[in-house]
Amino acid sequence: MLLERLSNAFGPSGCEEEVRDIILDAIKDDIDEHRVDALGNLIALRKARGSSLKGFPRRVMVAAHMDEVGLMITHIEKEGWLRFARVGGVDARVLLAKAVVIGDKRVPGVIGIKPIHLMREDERTKMPRIEDLYIDTGSSDRSQAEKLVKVGDYAVFSTRFAAVKESPLRAVKGKAFDDRVGCAVLAELLKQDYAFDLYATFTTQEEVGLRGAQVAAYAVDPDVAFALEGTICDDMPRKRDVSPGTRMGQGPAITIMDRSVIVDKRLVKLLLQSADKLEIPHQFKQSVTGGTDAGAIHLAREGIPAAVVSVPSRYIHSPVCMLSLSDLEHTVTLMDEALHRLEGGLPE
Amino acid sequence: MKELIKNLTETYGPSGSETRVRQLIEEEVRALSDQVRVDSMGNLMALKKGDGSGRKVMLAAHMDEIGVIVTHVDQKGFLRFGAVGGLRPLVLIGSRVLFANGVTGTIGVEKLDSPNKVPPLDKLYIDVGAVSKDALSVGVGDAACFVRPFVDQGNRLTAKAFDDRIGCAILIQTLRTLIDTPHDVYFVFTVQEEVGLRGARTSAYGVDPDVGIAVDVTTTGDTPEAHPMAVSLGNGPAIKVKDSGMLTHPGVKNLLIDTAERLGLPYQIEVLERGTTDGYAMQVSRAGVPTGVISIATRYVHTPSEMIDYNDVLNSVKLLAGLLSNLIELA
Repeated sequence: MLLERLSNAFGPSGCEEEVRDIILDAIKDDIDEHRVDALGNLIALRKARGSSLKGFPRRVMVAAHMDEVGLMITHIEKEGWLRFARVGGVDARVLLAKAVVIGDKRVPGVIGIKPIHLMREDERTKMPRIEDLYIDTGSSDRSQAEKLVKVGDYAVFSTRFAAVKESPLRAVKGKAFDDRVGCAVLAELLKQDYAFDLYATFTTQEEVGLRGAQVAAYAVDPDVAFALEGTICDDMPRKRDVSPGTRMGQGPAITIMDRSVIVDKRLVKLLLQSADKLEIPHQFKQSVTGGTDAGAIHLAREGIPAAVVSVPSRYIHSPVCMLSLSDLEHTVTLMDEALHRLEGGLPE
Repeated sequence: MKELIKNLTETYGPSGSETRVRQLIEEEVRALSDQVRVDSMGNLMALKKGDGSGRKVMLAAHMDEIGVIVTHVDQKGFLRFGAVGGLRPLVLIGSRVLFANGVTGTIGVEKLDSPNKVPPLDKLYIDVGAVSKDALSVGVGDAACFVRPFVDQGNRLTAKAFDDRIGCAILIQTLRTLIDTPHDVYFVFTVQEEVGLRGARTSAYGVDPDVGIAVDVTTTGDTPEAHPMAVSLGNGPAIKVKDSGMLTHPGVKNLLIDTAERLGLPYQIEVLERGTTDGYAMQVSRAGVPTGVISIATRYVHTPSEMIDYNDVLNSVKLLAGLLSNLIELA
């Protein structure tokens, strides 16, 4: 499964080569042209096929970001411990006692923590600070560690993808579903024929500020755009009757507004019409937090109508996320139908 | 002009839902403009052509206002919400909000652990008087804005959404009074300013002006125990020097000052410590645009009851019209 290969790949923001190679290999037979721009975005074009259009839209951009959150080595202590900074939004609490891989040589490491036996009461309830954490590569001093890693190397969680056996929701677990699941959906869409030029844009550096999408949207200059995401799912049991963000297993999530974009109302309508026609389960993203590539894309040049469709993913930005393969498949179906409807233009 | 101001402020238009405000403005400007268009973000651009001897000038005022957006409906029909723009929980409790379909809600608050502390937004909810979840006609994704009538207190005016409907009113009135101009003047009514100057960014790219001027509100230092600020209601249009997004182009700033001096209009100088305007987005558009800002001194910005001075409004129209009637040489 492509999602498995993508999830296992090493690809923090600014270091997306491995992910890009996997994607290009997967889509090469379905595209007419591709290029990699200065920021590392993979811009793949599947030209219009079949019946001609009314004239709008001629170019449609669908974006998914290749990068994941990670760490970067900032300093090697004389004892060989590696200090690090965050690349993108990582919660310090999820880092403790986690296995990571570092740098081009994919050196294994462990983020250390004091054993519970030695912890004082107050240490157990205290939030750790990033600057107090370190990665242990099993080296005994700086010179040994420097043979394995160097300052500036990236690290990501070393989680391996797996199916959650017997899961009624057909759940899978792995790292970086934000946004490798979007990449997987986008690769599927490239197998379909549409009456407009489809620019499948696999972007870089989303997690550090939608940077790849900003320049890619300028270059592609599309008439309409979509961002595909693996989004916040906060549907755990709770006492308060408040928003779950999204719910896993309830279908693709359509965004109305987040921190980065207010979605074009015509595109929300298009997505809802598509879901209704094929009776695809779907939901709204019930939170206005988070930003997506659509935030950068819709502000390119004179402005571009843009929407966001997401696969609900639990525990994103942590070492292990979970999503439902049914949600993934429904997202492909919804997007395929929406793109076909778009051949007739935007709804009023 | 007060009738126009009343109509503009009482219209529904949180960021992303500016259609009604745009329709109202379009009716006002269509007959007065040489060309009117709406771009893909929803910005309304009305062009008044010059005689060919001047520059391309972009004036911007934003149509949107702050508001709330529903994120969750609970089993009993209470609505949880997120902020559209800069909302402060302190001014929300007990406020009424209006949805696009006419449903009115009251903002309530949960029982608080510390009643003397300002609660976070997620402790608040909207009560639309529902008896059950099923009978609701509003749901997730629906946006609402404050409801308050316009009040004419003589020189002082109070309403919701002076930020920035008063800027829209000033642009419309300027277009009404501007007989001849050497410049191609684009009166741009922007969307989504309150969520990040988004409409101004794309419309400035589209217009590609030689000079930009935003008209927006600014805070004041003239109320009891206010944060010190040398801007007061009634002291004239405030000519911005700096805010947290921009340093005004000195040529445009001086042009505004010189025009006010020439016409004998009162004016004041504004340094805003927190906040910015569409001027910022215009200034950094493409290769950069010399940009200035005329601000209207406004008390209680981002509350349901903002207050301004009518003379500041009239003088801002005179200042803009005066500026646009002459050739522009930027020092």
